[in-house]
Amino acid sequence: MEKYTLSVLVENHAGVLSRVVGLFTRRGFNIHSLSVGTTADEKISRITIEVKGDVYMVEQVSKQLSKIMEVIKIKTLKDDEMVKRGLALVKIRANAKNRGEIIQIANVFRVNIVDIAETTLTAELTGSDQKIDAFLRMVEPYGIEEIARTGMTALERGANTLRLN
Amino acid sequence: MAMTGADLAVKTLEANGVSVIFGYPGASNAPLIESISHSSIDYILTRNEQGAAHMASGYARVHHTAGVCTATSGPGATNLITAIATAYMDSIPVVALTGQVKRSLIGKDAFQEVDIIGATLPFTKHSYLVKDVNDIARVINEAFHIATTGRPGPVLIDFPIDVLQEKYNGGGNEEINLRGYKLPGRANEMQLKKVADALRASKKPVLLAGGGICSSGAMKEVNELVNRTGIPVISTMMGLGVVPTDDERFYGMVGSHGSKCANRLINKADLVIAMGTRLGDRSVANTKGIEEANKLIHIDIDPAEIGKNMQPRIPVVGDIKDVTLRLIQVLSDYRVNDDWKAEADELREENRFEIPHEDTGTVSPRYFLNRLSEKTDSEVYLTTEVGQNQIWSANNFTIKDPGKFITSGGFGTMGYGLPAAIGASRAQDKLPVIAVMGDGSFQMDLPELGTMVQYHIPVKMVLFKNDRLGMVHELQYTAYKGNYQMVNIEGGNPDFCMLAKAYGIKTSEINENSEIDKAIDDMLADKESYLLVVNVSPYEPTGDSLNENRITERKA
Repeated sequence: MEKYTLSVLVENHAGVLSRVVGLFTRRGFNIHSLSVGTTADEKISRITIEVKGDVYMVEQVSKQLSKIMEVIKIKTLKDDEMVKRGLALVKIRANAKNRGEIIQIANVFRVNIVDIAETTLTAELTGSDQKIDAFLRMVEPYGIEEIARTGMTALERGANTLRLN
Repeated sequence: MAMTGADLAVKTLEANGVSVIFGYPGASNAPLIESISHSSIDYILTRNEQGAAHMASGYARVHHTAGVCTATSGPGATNLITAIATAYMDSIPVVALTGQVKRSLIGKDAFQEVDIIGATLPFTKHSYLVKDVNDIARVINEAFHIATTGRPGPVLIDFPIDVLQEKYNGGGNEEINLRGYKLPGRANEMQLKKVADALRASKKPVLLAGGGICSSGAMKEVNELVNRTGIPVISTMMGLGVVPTDDERFYGMVGSHGSKCANRLINKADLVIAMGTRLGDRSVANTKGIEEANKLIHIDIDPAEIGKNMQPRIPVVGDIKDVTLRLIQVLSDYRVNDDWKAEADELREENRFEIPHEDTGTVSPRYFLNRLSEKTDSEVYLTTEVGQNQIWSANNFTIKDPGKFITSGGFGTMGYGLPAAIGASRAQDKLPVIAVMGDGSFQMDLPELGTMVQYHIPVKMVLFKNDRLGMVHELQYTAYKGNYQMVNIEGGNPDFCMLAKAYGIKTSEINENSEIDKAIDDMLADKESYLLVVNVSPYEPTGDSLNENRITERKA
């Protein structure tokens, strides 16, 4: 099973997300990750969905999504033709002794430290799944208190855009 | 007099050509009922909301416009659900108008509140919760547009009562605004050329006709294509009658309850042109075989149907009517070879059988349906329930027009046929409407007899009575070693003739094949609704080819 990334422009209405997500449940498709946000046009939102499956399944997902009235445009993005990023906030156990070490690791990953307390450090990082996973592995020995990760969001590389018409 | 939201809704319904609404009142849709009473629209009060939506669905199939039903919030709305799902599975345009609690109470678990939009999401083509009185006209216009165009289907509009009661001061826009609604364009020229080439290269093509041919209004075109090319036609249940089922061009219905001939033909063929069908599991069980042989051409208006159940060799997305007209042009010089035609004819002859009809103390339902189509020349609307009565009808009543055979094909809803017949009858008065039922399914929407009587809707009911839920009874014979459980309704069955009389419906009962002709004459001679009780044996098989198909199904 491969991972596919769908970029979907939808009307920014109440209930649209439940139509989209409901379709996945109903048809037995698996959502690997999902992120939603408005676009430059506030009447339109972009939903980025990562799905796992084969090429036939992704085609079905895309066709079924197209049938939702509020779905305006869909594109399946290829790995080498897009920039894809996720965000993670990681609260790491830290004390006066090892705080410096952790900050050094963070610097290598270009991770921002966004909060410091007596016993913890909170790091903010963006990147691919792999980068986030790698950072987590590095800081794991210090003790991870909590993680909040978003779904992936993506844009096509180059001048191409997902135009309305 | 100032206009309310409900007045605006009803005015917009009128503008969309609505002349009758099937429904049941309650507090939340009361403003709508009030406004209907001041309009040109008639209403039919049903005995259960489910009946209302089935009637709207039967009406839609006959009238070729969207059928409209209404129910109040909460239980009224949830009672619609089975019928909405039934319409969805058969792609029938229905617009359901539900009342909802007032806006400020939504989400508070108010009295008779339910999230009907959420509940019906999986089986509506679209749905709306109208939160602003200025949206009413646009929403209704969009609902009718969505329900009736492309691949048709049900649309639900939920109206909070305070939106219906609010004064309307002429705001808003009634124009349809659906940038996300994509109607397929014309089929690709290259694909049509591929179809033509494949057909020319094929030695054994068949055309598998689905219900989409009827919803596209392409009967004439498909018949012309068949006449010119000579391709043998088989069909799904929804496609029965695309060419008359007694026609020499027709080789039977496919599927688990279809004919031996059609099922063999689809396997023998080297090219299957499937038109306007989902290729559902009950129609085509042997999907692997067809995929492996790479012999499927799939033509449908809904791109999502292509590749959903089977991967075709050549997909064609487009309206069947347009595709067929263009195929006729590119295939003007093509004619199917005689050997294949002879092979198909032989197969059909081998499997032709005479239905025995000597008197044995019970009536043969298959012989009855034979006689019924002969005596009416099939110039009737025939509705069925679901179960043995449905399969007997599909295989033994001569169907000459899929629009006149009204059955719950996709969802298999018991309780559909009786209300659908009421809707079909309300949609026209030229042809008689006959509801074929079993004694199990009849009792699912039995109270609608009251609706039939109250509005003088002359449905002719044929009740095959075997005191069993016959299809499951048979299944328990073939698959559960005859351990008959939960299928015997004998102990609770009423005297159906007496029941009909209690409603003031004329009735008679027969036990022998020799009584059939007179009973049919009497039933049809009468102008009012009529119940003919036909006693059949609980051991009457559903079809002649059932066992063989069951085996194929199990293997696949």
